[in-house]
Amino acid sequence: MADVKEAVKEKSMVIQKEMLANLFTELSTAKENGKKVVYTFVPGNITELILAMDMLPVYPEINALQSGMRKKSGSYIKDAEKVGFSEDVCTYVKCDIGMMLNGNIGPTGEKLPEPDLLLLSYTGCFTFMKWFENLERLYPGVEIAMLHTPYQEDGKITEDQVNYMVKQLKEDVIPKMEKVAGKKLDYDRLSKMLENSSKAEDLWVQVLQSAKNVPSPIDAYFAGVYYMGPLNTAFRGTEIALEYYQELHNEVFERMKLGLHPVTPEGEMKEERFRLVVEGPPNWTNFREFWKIFYDMGAVIVASTYTKVGGLYDQGFRHDPEKPLESLAKYCMGCYTNLNLPQRVDLLEHYIKEYKADGFLINSIKSCNSFSAGQLLMMREIEQRCGIPVGFIESDLVDPRYFSYANIKNRLESYFQMLGQRKVIMEQEGQTV
Amino acid sequence: MTEAPDRLKTILDECKTLAFDLNFTLAKDWKKESSDRLLVGYLPIYVPREIIHAANGLPVGIMGAGDRKQIIKGDAYYQSYICHLPRGIVEMALDTNLENFDGFLFPSICDCVRNLSGMFKLVKKGKFTRYFDYPQNFEKHIGGTFYRELIETILQDMYQINGVKVTPEKLNHAIGLYNTNRQLIEAIYNIRQDAPWRLSAVDTYHILRAGLTIPVEKHNEILQEVVTLIGEEYGEPLDNIRIVVSGSFCEQPPIGLIKSVEMAGCYIVDDDFMLGSRWIQGDMDNSTSDPLNEIVDGFLTKSAPSSAVYDVGNPKGARLVKLVKERNADGVIFCAASFCDPALLDRPELQKSCDAGGIAHINFQFHENTGQFKVIKEQAGTFSDSIKLWV
Repeated sequence: MADVKEAVKEKSMVIQKEMLANLFTELSTAKENGKKVVYTFVPGNITELILAMDMLPVYPEINALQSGMRKKSGSYIKDAEKVGFSEDVCTYVKCDIGMMLNGNIGPTGEKLPEPDLLLLSYTGCFTFMKWFENLERLYPGVEIAMLHTPYQEDGKITEDQVNYMVKQLKEDVIPKMEKVAGKKLDYDRLSKMLENSSKAEDLWVQVLQSAKNVPSPIDAYFAGVYYMGPLNTAFRGTEIALEYYQELHNEVFERMKLGLHPVTPEGEMKEERFRLVVEGPPNWTNFREFWKIFYDMGAVIVASTYTKVGGLYDQGFRHDPEKPLESLAKYCMGCYTNLNLPQRVDLLEHYIKEYKADGFLINSIKSCNSFSAGQLLMMREIEQRCGIPVGFIESDLVDPRYFSYANIKNRLESYFQMLGQRKVIMEQEGQTV
Repeated sequence: MTEAPDRLKTILDECKTLAFDLNFTLAKDWKKESSDRLLVGYLPIYVPREIIHAANGLPVGIMGAGDRKQIIKGDAYYQSYICHLPRGIVEMALDTNLENFDGFLFPSICDCVRNLSGMFKLVKKGKFTRYFDYPQNFEKHIGGTFYRELIETILQDMYQINGVKVTPEKLNHAIGLYNTNRQLIEAIYNIRQDAPWRLSAVDTYHILRAGLTIPVEKHNEILQEVVTLIGEEYGEPLDNIRIVVSGSFCEQPPIGLIKSVEMAGCYIVDDDFMLGSRWIQGDMDNSTSDPLNEIVDGFLTKSAPSSAVYDVGNPKGARLVKLVKERNADGVIFCAASFCDPALLDRPELQKSCDAGGIAHINFQFHENTGQFKVIKEQAGTFSDSIKLWV
């Protein structure tokens, strides 16, 4: 097992850490300060609406992944199983339920406030709906609003779908939010926030696309999950998020100018041997060990689908302050897990070619059928279309019982050997790798 | 009279064959009779079959391969932690079972079925493939409008294949036929409530599942005859408990499992095995000038409780307790497929509702090709004994 050392942090990471600490402090005093609290999900979140009504968001999946990183998820999951949840079901849900059964203590050690509104932004994951049905029973009497996001089953967003979502927002979701917030939605304020969102999204896309450079200055998966944090959660639309992305952008472009490699918890990588595209969420319980396997082998993830669960900005989407509700509707429908399988394969093919990847790897997550069901067919399609070596490993989001370090390391080492051998052969044959 | 009528035995044999004909021979023969006929396959749980009927189509329920087909290719498409149903369906799709089907509908019940719709698109099965994304908003002018548009899209898909225009008359006719179908199914359940020994749960299952593979008109004839036949007294009541089975709405338990539960001393007086056939609770008006509106309203206001439908404001737990009381059942067996997130995530709350209602319950999990039932039989037998002895 890898030694856990103090992680090396870039300035942007320090800023983000402060942002999160402030948020959790604000949450811990929300009730005494009269702030209303909204529980909602990351994919297809409508954070600008929450913030525009001066409410504070809490994201149960973020709580779960934080619990995973803090090594608390294992016992939370077992506690949920003791009250009847099957071993087979989503471990995010069980971790969240277990955390609540244990006092709902957040990542900073402070108790998270109970919700005033359960806002079910039901995007790209059927289990979200079941999760909120369970939360509704854990918090009886709390106002609950459901925003049903239609799936892009035909590979596109239709006008009917946008109208359906806008009607839900106007006639059901926003009135419930206003009732809880005790104030009317200020559309000018919302538009201003969406303008900020759009500017931050521009910067984020440039950060993501910096990985097209050889060598890549970023790891678009392991570091990417940190980079995407403010935009995907409680800060989208805020000035502070804009400042964060400006700082991140400056750091990344400086590294790119200097020809530097990605920063890892153990410092800057020294070489880029393999460029990979990764499909699927990471494992959180052993995140640093998992990442280390890659950077020890000189493998850099140049594009990933997981960093698109909060929006496909790199494919052109921007929040539009001129059409706030339509834009929120399209945002929700455009998140990665709301794409159909052919769209997902097309996107992966695009990433592999555009980012000059040597290989394609799937980290298949036991808990997440939304990602995992169909991945083996996707893998075959990619192999056929792109002609590059594909790899497949399995783990879980936050259940430590499903992370086998030795097994994953063995598989990855074999995969990297295969990639290395291929490079040698292709170079001998004078082909471009 | 103590023996079941010979005619019933003949019908049951026929239904048993139809229910597990994974080549859908009768449906394919039906299609051959006219060039403008369509075969539209649908997965669990519910699609409004009326619209397919009105478009000169035959809706065919694809409930998985169960334990009737060896899965070789299908397993190569799924990780070990994904339920069994889609493996069998992929096997059927890659084999010849689903040849001559024109389209496929994948109801919005879980992420596995959702992604399976994309797999069908990738392997190019059928002339159309739709994820049937029914609304989770039940306001008529919001979710209802969206649902109507969804149905109109599917009508258009079918029209583009056979050019058959769906008229209000045709839709009303179809609504009437499916009203009759549900009435007759409920009549069977009601007779079984009073006299469950007259028709076993396994036989009931075969009769209902057969209906997914044949024209509704023919199924109605079968059901009518069964209702008449089991309306007469025969057989001997056993000292069994009465139970409701909950959780098997999508992936189907093997027949051996249902039989084991019955043999362990349980009369299954209600279940959600063929939930799609019983989805709309009550009749839809078949005399209006806008029958599509009736179909939309039916979904919004008359849907059966299910793990696939957002239930805040109309909780499933309370509806399960009500069903148990109406059926005069002694307990509930929660019987969900392994790795079925919707059913298994509902289970703790449903169990709590049963506890609050003083209803005994047990649970077990299965997959459609489970081959060993000894443990299940022992568990169900112990449950039965405990109720008979102590409750």
